[in-house]
Amino acid sequence: MSQKPKIALIGNPNAGKSSLFNSLTGLRQKTGNFPGVTMDKLTGTWEIEPGQEVDILDLPGIYSIYPKSLDEELVINILGNPANEDYPDMAIVVADASNLKRNLLLFSQVRDLGIPTVLALNMIDVAETEGYVINSIKLARELNVEVAEINAKKGIGINGLRLAVGKTLANRYASNDALPLPVDELMLEGIQLKFGEADPYRSLLWLMEHDRMKMFSPDQRKAFDAIQDEFQFKSEEYKTSETVKRYEALSEVVERCVINLNRQWDAPPVKTWTDRLDSVFLHSIGGYLFFFLLLFVMFQAVFTWAAYPMDAIDAGVAYLNDWLKTVLPASALTGLLTDGLVAGIGGVLIFIPQIAFLFFFIAMLEETGYMSRVMFIMDKLMRRFGLNGKSVVPLISGVACAVPAIMSTRSIGSWKDRLITIMVTPLMSCSARLPIYTVLISLVVPEKSTLFGLFNLQGLALFGMYLLGFLMAIVSAWVMKQILQVKERSYFIMELPTYKAPRFKHMAISILNSVKAFVFEAGKIIVAISIVLWVLASYGPGDSMSQVDAQVRQANPTLSAAELSNRIASEKLENSYAGHFGHFIEPVIKPLGYDWKIGIALITSFAAREVFVGTMSTIYSLGGEVDDENATIKNRMRAEINPETGKPLYDVALGFSLLIFYAFAMQCMSTLATTYRETKSWKYPAIQFFYMTALAYLTAFITYQVLA
Amino acid sequence: MNTRKTLAELKIGERAEIVGFTDALLSLKLLEMGCLPGSEIEMTHLAPFGDPLAIKVSGYTLTMRKDEAATIQINLLNN
Repeated sequence: MSQKPKIALIGNPNAGKSSLFNSLTGLRQKTGNFPGVTMDKLTGTWEIEPGQEVDILDLPGIYSIYPKSLDEELVINILGNPANEDYPDMAIVVADASNLKRNLLLFSQVRDLGIPTVLALNMIDVAETEGYVINSIKLARELNVEVAEINAKKGIGINGLRLAVGKTLANRYASNDALPLPVDELMLEGIQLKFGEADPYRSLLWLMEHDRMKMFSPDQRKAFDAIQDEFQFKSEEYKTSETVKRYEALSEVVERCVINLNRQWDAPPVKTWTDRLDSVFLHSIGGYLFFFLLLFVMFQAVFTWAAYPMDAIDAGVAYLNDWLKTVLPASALTGLLTDGLVAGIGGVLIFIPQIAFLFFFIAMLEETGYMSRVMFIMDKLMRRFGLNGKSVVPLISGVACAVPAIMSTRSIGSWKDRLITIMVTPLMSCSARLPIYTVLISLVVPEKSTLFGLFNLQGLALFGMYLLGFLMAIVSAWVMKQILQVKERSYFIMELPTYKAPRFKHMAISILNSVKAFVFEAGKIIVAISIVLWVLASYGPGDSMSQVDAQVRQANPTLSAAELSNRIASEKLENSYAGHFGHFIEPVIKPLGYDWKIGIALITSFAAREVFVGTMSTIYSLGGEVDDENATIKNRMRAEINPETGKPLYDVALGFSLLIFYAFAMQCMSTLATTYRETKSWKYPAIQFFYMTALAYLTAFITYQVLA
Repeated sequence: MNTRKTLAELKIGERAEIVGFTDALLSLKLLEMGCLPGSEIEMTHLAPFGDPLAIKVSGYTLTMRKDEAATIQINLLNN
């Protein structure tokens, strides 16, 4: 079979593009996409005929081909550049039939670029309830394009779309219309002479958007500037006049193809569900109350509902570990397998339920259209802190993972707002912190306690940690706003989509993808670090390790055999390479209440904080004091005794100090790499690393000193 | 009587017709999102603290900040 044809999905935001993408590709999607964030292109395959597949490329939603923010830039970089590896053989423009004129604007621009195009009319049912009847056969004739009526959400009309796409792929018909608004012929010739023969509208796009297109070198950009100067061509004016002109032509088309059944001027406006819901969610007091309540329920749920599957996984891992120990011969390799790998992987697996719940809630906010309402009610407040209503999306999805959250800042048009959002997003407590919070909270907050007999105190503490992260994020944003004195305009023109019932299949796919990505990405790191750590904790410099045995026996002749082997194990850990590292940094972390064992965990966490739990279980299992009955990490940490006081090591002061440290410290290489990629400078990830780590150290210090 | 105003001065529930734009850069964005001169708009929501605001235009809801709304000239329609 030859190269698969490539089809791009293009459309206004909320026109149903993602629904169509999911209907067409199902589980055959290549890129895992985090809920709430569709910033990058997504690819998948669609079996258009038995045995014939096409590649489907889902692009970010846009209103026109002229980009206003970074996420929109991606579209012209693909559609405007035939040399791009993603340049499609044809496009499907998904149009919201209930808002036809505006959706056709984008369609006409895409078609004028010289790309064979099919028009997919979505939400015809909505248009009909609003009293509009569309004659799609006539529309197809008027626009000279294949039109398919679809219901993307229910997956209806896909066969009609197959037919339309098949025809268009066969004849590759692309319109060759004149420019919507004539320009100087000499100027067009000038562009084509220098940059090659192309569709006139595409040449013009190059001229107007050359600064946003990655295909051009700095010299070529200068050449474009020179052409603009020579012909006194004003891009912005042209774009505006072009848009007006296109609307004029499309108005006539719509006039001829759409019948409006309720064209009485005084028809009483119908109160839709969206209107009713908005009167609550956008209410100046009620809106905030509801939002806060929603977040609160979300964290209660993450803690309480997820507890049942988590306990089951926890018990399963402990059982597997014990079973392996009884079956396998006791050796160093068995130790690595059970205490290193199984414990480390178990540390990740156990958090799948919580992470799935978290992703579920975020996907829900996005799916139903509620997220845009949050942006609306939060904009003014966020602006005071140097952020933007649109910063709410990165901040909320930062609760899942900072990497896609930072990528989602591309929709923020203003550079300054975007930069500040990027800088503070990692302070939001991500899902990798959840395991650490869970373990530590369960150690320092009593399990059975409730507030007013209603709220689980552990859930409340968890909610507090997330709130703390958010507060620190906006305070840091405010500080950065004072430092970055750039006057720049930021937009907040945005559409509030109608409320929609969540598409559970769609959500299931994205939750599955996210959880899979989390487990495999985090799993890889944890396995690698567990092995390294196990080696470092099992071997020591020189012959110190081998001498430990004899020394301990000599010093403690009266101990029982079990106690003796525990003592030897912990002495060995202390003399290992890992022990030396831990002791090396102990003076620095002592004021925060940490001992050298926690020091080892801090060192390993600097690459990725999710290894904390795995590290702890490796350290404590190697360090002896293991009761094989209940060898979970929680129990091991609970049994740890502070040698100076003789009381449990993980008391309230240490617990909270560690919680605070992990809440604020920058311990994620992937996030720093993403910040570098998104800001194109090492300066910002460096600042991010130092300010967050300093903040963590300082606040943990204060916490420990106050509580101790 | 029709009085010329900007969108920022519209009260909740009031309807108006778009007459023109005073900001060239914003006008492109507004046009692309369907705010055409001649179309009818209704002020539907004000966010807490009175900013941003939400309007209804040809069947869907748009939000914008007050200073952005001030660049849209309108003709108040009597209900």
